[in-house]
Amino acid sequence: MPKTKTDAASGTTDTPVTPAAEDNFALDTLQTTLESDKRYKADKDELFKLYEQMLLIRRFEEKAGQLYGLGLIGGFCHLYIGQEAVAVGLQSALDGDKDSVITGYRDHGHMLAYGIDPKVIMAELTGRAAGISKGKGGSMHMFSVEHKFYGGHGIVGAQVPLGAGLAFAHKYNEDGGVAMAYFGDGASNQGQVYEAFNMAALWKLPIIFVIENNQYAMGTAVKRSSAETHFHRRGSAFRIPGMQVDGMDVLEVRKAAEIALEYVRGGNGPVLMELNTYRYRGHSMSDPAKYRSREEVQGVRDNRDPIEHAKAELIAMGMTEEALKDLDKQVRKQITEAADFAESSPEPEMSELYTDVLVERY
Amino acid sequence: MAIELKMPALSPTMEEGKLAKWLVKEGDEVSSGDILAEIETDKATMEFESIDEGTVGKILIPEGTEGVKVGTVIAMLAGEGEDASAVSAPAAAPKVEAQAVKSDVIQDVSAASGTAKLQTEAKPKVADPEIPHGTNMKTSTVRDALRDAMAEEMRRDERVFVMGEEVAEYQGAYKVTQGLLEEFGPKRVIDTPITEYGFAGIGTGAAMGGLRPIVEFMTFNFAMQAIDHIINSAAKTNYMSGGQMRCPIVFRGPNGAASRVGAQHSQNYGPWYANVPGLVVIAPYDASDAKGLMKAAIRSEDPVVFLENELVYGRSFELPELDDHVLPIGKARIMREGSDVTIVSYSIGVGVALEAAEKLAEEGIDAEVLDLRTLRPLDKEAVLASLAKTNRIVVAEEGFPVCSIASEIAAICMEEGFDNLDAPVLRVCNEDVPLPYAANLEHAALIDTDRVIAAVKKVCYR
Repeated sequence: MPKTKTDAASGTTDTPVTPAAEDNFALDTLQTTLESDKRYKADKDELFKLYEQMLLIRRFEEKAGQLYGLGLIGGFCHLYIGQEAVAVGLQSALDGDKDSVITGYRDHGHMLAYGIDPKVIMAELTGRAAGISKGKGGSMHMFSVEHKFYGGHGIVGAQVPLGAGLAFAHKYNEDGGVAMAYFGDGASNQGQVYEAFNMAALWKLPIIFVIENNQYAMGTAVKRSSAETHFHRRGSAFRIPGMQVDGMDVLEVRKAAEIALEYVRGGNGPVLMELNTYRYRGHSMSDPAKYRSREEVQGVRDNRDPIEHAKAELIAMGMTEEALKDLDKQVRKQITEAADFAESSPEPEMSELYTDVLVERY
Repeated sequence: MAIELKMPALSPTMEEGKLAKWLVKEGDEVSSGDILAEIETDKATMEFESIDEGTVGKILIPEGTEGVKVGTVIAMLAGEGEDASAVSAPAAAPKVEAQAVKSDVIQDVSAASGTAKLQTEAKPKVADPEIPHGTNMKTSTVRDALRDAMAEEMRRDERVFVMGEEVAEYQGAYKVTQGLLEEFGPKRVIDTPITEYGFAGIGTGAAMGGLRPIVEFMTFNFAMQAIDHIINSAAKTNYMSGGQMRCPIVFRGPNGAASRVGAQHSQNYGPWYANVPGLVVIAPYDASDAKGLMKAAIRSEDPVVFLENELVYGRSFELPELDDHVLPIGKARIMREGSDVTIVSYSIGVGVALEAAEKLAEEGIDAEVLDLRTLRPLDKEAVLASLAKTNRIVVAEEGFPVCSIASEIAAICMEEGFDNLDAPVLRVCNEDVPLPYAANLEHAALIDTDRVIAAVKKVCYR
C-alpha cells in the first residue's frame, strides 16, 4: 500500500510514547477493595427478599424440568439451578430504571431476578401465545425491553459485543445506565469476547462483564478447555480490572456488584467479574452428565448451596422456620399458577407465523 | 538520460487524479524516498515518492491541475551530470497529451483488469417515477450521493452515527465518509479496531439499545467475520422477541468484484443476505437510488444490508435536487423501456444491461432493463409485469450463478409467470469459479455486454 496522508495530525513524526503513569495497571484493585470487606451488610428484610428471589428461581426451574419431562417444553432447556445467587446478587444492585442486562441461553433466572412475571416466562417455555415472545422465541430467546432485559441469546458469546453495544448506547445517550453482560466459562473462549473487551476498554464503555464460571462448558471441564482458568484475569490484556467472587454467596455477590458499579458509573470503563458457581443439573435437559461424578454434585449441594446458606443466615438473624415455610408455600403456589397458565394458554394463532419478520411494510 | 516522472496509479481503479501540490521545485536535488508531490485520487490524498536520484528539471503539470490521467508525464528529472535546466519536456505537449490519452487510458486499464469491461457510460433512459416531474437535476458521483445521504440523516436524527474501520480520520477507505468527522465529531463518526465481528455486534447492540447505527464494512468480504451478528443477532431478534426488540441498523460497504484483488476480496453477497428473512437488502446502481435508498435504509425500523460497489463509486449520474430525496424500499425501477425482452439486473450489472440494450437496439431488439434495487423484499410484481409485457427474461448478475438472485428470478417466473414465458429464463452470471487475479482470467470470469447480448438473442430466437 502506498503511504496515505490522513490529516494534519499525520504530519508529525513523533514516536508514540506511552506515559509511564499508564503502565501502572493493577488487575486486582477492585478485588482488594472486596477482600477488605467481603459481604454486603443486609438486614433481615433485605436478605429475606434475596432469599425469596433465589427460591423463586429454584422452584421455577424445578417445575420447568418437570414440564420438559412431560413433553410440554420442547427443544433446548438450560436450567439455572445452583447458580441463583449470581443473578439475584448482581441484579439486586442494579438500577432497574436505567441499567440493562443481557445474557446467553441460560436465561430464566436473570429474567426472574429482574422482576419479570414467571407466568409469561413459563408460557414462553411451553410455546404459547401468552409467552413473553408470543411463543416465537422459546427458552433461549426471551426479551423484555420494558424491563431493559435484552435477551436471551442462543449463540455462545454473541451477547458480549451486543452488551457492549448496549453500553455504547448508555454512554452515547448519557443516561447514566450501565450494561451487565453475562456469559459462561465456555463463552469466555470465544474470539468476539476479546474484540468486545478491547473496544469496551478503549472507549471506556459502562459495562460489567460477568463470567458465570459454573465449571463446565457443556461437558468440558474448564481445565480441559481453558489455558487460563482464572477467568477474572482474562481482561488484563485490555487493562480491565478483574474480580473473583464466590457466586454461591448472595451477599458477597451483592457487595462485589456494588464495588464494580461504583467504578463503572465513575466513567472508568469496564470491569470483568468472575463468579464461581456450579450448575446442579446437566448443561441442558438432554445432558446425561457422564463427565462428572454424582458425589461431586452432591458435595456442592451439601456444602455450598446458595439458598441453604441464606436460609441458615436468616434463621441466625431470628427468622422463624414458620415464616420460611410460609414463603416456600407461597413461592410454590406462584409457580404452580405459572405452570397452569403455561399449560392452559392457547398456542399462537397461525397468523403469527408471518408477523414480526420485519417491522415495516415495503 | 533524463527521467520522465509520470502520474502514478495509486489504487487499482484509479484512472486520473488531481495534482494537489508540488513539494519540490525546479532545481531541487532529490533522492529516492523523497516526497515529490501530493496527489488526490477519488479515494484519498496520497504522497508521490521519488524512486530515483537527480535534480528536478521542468515541472510540466502545475499544482492544482485536476483530472491528470495516469501515465501523463508530470515532470522531468535530470540524472547525474545532466543540466537540469536543459532537460526539456517530452515531444508531445503534456496538456494536449493529458486530454488526448483518455481513450488510450481506458484501453490500458482494460488490459490491466478484467473489471474494465464492467465500465460503462450507460445511464438510465427513463426517469424514476418516484421523482417529481420537473425536479432540477445535478450531477453527482455515487460516492458523494451516499455521503450526502448519511450526512443529511445525521443532521436530521441525533441517534444516527457511523462506525467502522477508517471511517473517521482516514475519511473512509473509499472516501464515502469523507468530511463526516469534521461535521459531526468523534462521538458520531467512530473509527473501530479491525474487528468486524466485535463492532458489528456492538453496532447491533446499540441499535437494540435505541440508537441508529450505520456500520461500514471496508468491504463486504470482511463482513464474513461478522455475519453471525448480521443474521443471528440483527435479523432474527424482532421475530424471536415477538416484535418487542427492534434492530434499526444499516450495514453498508462495497460488495462484488473490485479490480485485480483476487478471490477473497471479490464476491457478491447479495444472494447470501437476500436468503434471510428479517433482513432488508438493498443494492442500488445509480447516484439517485444510492442516495434515496440510503436515506430510507437509515430511517427504516428494520436491519438493512446496503450493498454498494467500489467500481461504481466514482461514476456520475443525474441526482435530483430535492430537500429530502427518500425512495421506497422494495420497489424495482425500469431503467429503459422496451418491448421485446426484459433484462433484469441490480447494482453494477445494471450498467452492463443498459449497454447491452443499446447495442441490441442497433440490431432491432428492443430490450427493457429492470433494476431490482432492493433484493429483499424482492419486487416480484415488477418482474412479472415486465415479463407479461415482453414474454422473455434474461438476468444479468455480477456474481456466482448457483443459488443466485438470477436463480430466484427464474423460479418466480416459472411459478408465477409461466404462461407468459415464450422462452426459458436465462441467467448471465460470472463464471462459477473463485475470481482469479490474472487479468485475462479475471476478464473471462466476469459478466459482460457480449454475454448478455448472446443470451438475449437466444431467448428471442435470433
